[in-house]
Amino acid sequence: MMEVITSNYAAAYAAKLSRVEVIAAYPITPQTSISEKLAELVDSGEMDAKYIKVESEHSAMAALIGASHVGARTFTATSSQGLALMHENLIWAAGVNRPIVMPVAARALSGPWTIWSDHSDVISERDAGWMQFFCENNQETLDMIIMAYKIAEDREIMTPAMVIEDGFILSHTVEAVDMPLQEEVDDFLPPFDPEFKIDFKSEPRRYAGVLAPDWWQEHRYRRMLDMERGKEKIVEVERDFKRRFGRSYGGLVEFYRCDDADVALVIAGAPTGTAKDVVDEMRDRGKKVGLVKLRSFRPFPGEELVKLNDMVSMVGVFDKSYTMGQGGAFFQEIRNALYSPDGVPIKNYIGGLGGRDVTKKNIERIFEDLLALNKEGKVDRIIDWVALKGGPGRWE
Amino acid sequence: MMAKLPLPKEEYLYRGHAACPGCGAPLAMRYTMKALGPRVIMNVPAGCTAVIGGVWPRTAFKFDMMDHVFESTGAVSSGIRAALDAKGIEDVTVLAWAGDGGTVDIGLQALSGAVDRGTDFIYVMMDNEAYMNTGIQCSGSTPIGAWTTTTPFGKKCEIILQRKKKIMEMMVANGIVYGATVNVAYPEDFVKRVKKATEFEGPKFIHALSPCAPGWRVDTAKTVEVARLATQTNMFPLYEVEWSEYRLTKTIKERKPVSEYLKTQGRFRRVSEDMVNRIQAMVDEEYEELLRKVELSKG
Amino acid sequence: MLKSYKDMPSTPVSLQSTEDIMTGNWRTMRPLIDEEKCIRCYICWKFCPDMSIEVEEADDFPTVNLDYCKGCGICANECPKDAIEMVREE
Repeated sequence: MMEVITSNYAAAYAAKLSRVEVIAAYPITPQTSISEKLAELVDSGEMDAKYIKVESEHSAMAALIGASHVGARTFTATSSQGLALMHENLIWAAGVNRPIVMPVAARALSGPWTIWSDHSDVISERDAGWMQFFCENNQETLDMIIMAYKIAEDREIMTPAMVIEDGFILSHTVEAVDMPLQEEVDDFLPPFDPEFKIDFKSEPRRYAGVLAPDWWQEHRYRRMLDMERGKEKIVEVERDFKRRFGRSYGGLVEFYRCDDADVALVIAGAPTGTAKDVVDEMRDRGKKVGLVKLRSFRPFPGEELVKLNDMVSMVGVFDKSYTMGQGGAFFQEIRNALYSPDGVPIKNYIGGLGGRDVTKKNIERIFEDLLALNKEGKVDRIIDWVALKGGPGRWE
Repeated sequence: MMAKLPLPKEEYLYRGHAACPGCGAPLAMRYTMKALGPRVIMNVPAGCTAVIGGVWPRTAFKFDMMDHVFESTGAVSSGIRAALDAKGIEDVTVLAWAGDGGTVDIGLQALSGAVDRGTDFIYVMMDNEAYMNTGIQCSGSTPIGAWTTTTPFGKKCEIILQRKKKIMEMMVANGIVYGATVNVAYPEDFVKRVKKATEFEGPKFIHALSPCAPGWRVDTAKTVEVARLATQTNMFPLYEVEWSEYRLTKTIKERKPVSEYLKTQGRFRRVSEDMVNRIQAMVDEEYEELLRKVELSKG
Repeated sequence: MLKSYKDMPSTPVSLQSTEDIMTGNWRTMRPLIDEEKCIRCYICWKFCPDMSIEVEEADDFPTVNLDYCKGCGICANECPKDAIEMVREE
């Protein structure tokens, strides 16, 4: 059934279709309308969930951890400052296997104030132990939340997941979305049934108690294994989803027109849609360019990305955040994955920070740069800042 | 006539737990659980109790419970209750168990939020009057004059504003449906108050005085005795509040002077005689205030 | 038997109680109950933080569980009849 809705509303309806049982709600721009829509749905009786109006995001995540131990399917949403405030509880949730699914309307972390979109908030949480999925459009947000529950709640995974929708760009833009029917989702997504939960039917236990140095390393190893298992499960769940709902997103990464490409650009989130259009136009003009849509950043799809070494001879990585490393986060990790004596040269493009528009012209200039560098067989600089006022290069 | 145990016999703590010899915390928990029985989910933040409970794979608790971060006690309780309601699991007590630091300082926001939301739970503040688990640092519940590692000369004696935070009054203002002060030296009353709390639906707050022998600088054998003195000197009066109606649960016929309490504990060693008098005046004034509230409630 | 990371449960839940930990090893003093003086008020049982004063049946004299008793001395301090003496462990 087609609806014309924002990504925020898509997220709210996904929570409804996923039959979440406990919601924690706290407002923050630009995800607030998710919480508002859910309040409406719960109040009207359209949705049968308990709605906890918490007094901060730190408490939002805490409440869901408690609810999850009792066996409830849980949901909340946040952005930037709220995500940062939850930090210790994000790590706790992942460490004690709480399969919470949370859309994050990605918004730049402030200092000074900003409310506009970039990936710095979610990138700052790449070490929290959560799965991280980047969405290209509102349909993907809806679909990914439903799929995320199925992946996260797998008894051999039991790891929470962030579903990332670029703030304002997706969260507040209406698009046509195909809404699945409740029966179809029920058939796809069974109720939450963890191995351990407090239901007074099994012997009493202590959950999340002190774990000493004698077993801590083994606990982290187990969490690593859980995350790695996610890779296979993501692909499997998507295959199932495609069979039932007719939509698919390529799994961990989507190689778009990379087959006979000379150069490829790796990109995530909303700019991906723009970039795909540019690839099509440039291809029409005979330029052999391709695109890699990074869907899953955690688990990190190293095995997929390393194929680029054999596919193209020049790679660009677009980062919509910069956190003071040698290049952006995606660039660092992708260069690490592609590293080999015959590895393909890689260049980092930093852009779209603090809500700056990533235009078709910007992307076209990036591809032109990559094609030129490809002729040389090496990069000129490690990093270029796209359309930096007063910076080098032509971006318009 | 058969000699009978003064409290229900069943224990809900395992032996072999890691509490210091003479610790008040296991006493407080024994009495709480004797009132509640095993159909309980407890949530506990960082603090003595989390450590007393043992290290994985062991637990000292004979009932379901979960650990969580320091600030989050109230919030986790709200989550537990919401899930129980969502899943239709009935007749379960949600027991929040936190220390004084985890309640009046770092945990205050989450507690206030939980009470504001009308969460149906019992919150027990296990008050040993400092951050004892990390080695005796001052908290908002540390009394005037007490030595701690972060108040080496005693919590500011000159400034009366630095007295123990009046958490019960804060909770009444916040909107608890029932509150009571309890003391490990009065176990029968302790059990009775916790049991009474279960008769109410909504947020209930139990303020439990529970001395820490190393932290208060007393001999391990004196834990109960010193706790008793706190009540006998009116430094820790025992009362309950139903909505905003106050009632004394223990009337001390002949109150002892505060000096008798202060001199028993090494943590008050530096308190001058002048300060003792000021503390006495403060205690008397606060007790009068309490009696006024009790009188008003009768009317 | 916990030997490998594979033996851990899928999430960190407890697997056993603390009762195999003999905290009796901690003590330097031990309570001695004089049944001549004891009136079976069970105040000692009431105030033991380690549940190491045991009363098998109603009317029984309380006994000390030396496996767990930490020797804090609360029982001796609270006994209204001075029926408990703390003696040094050898």
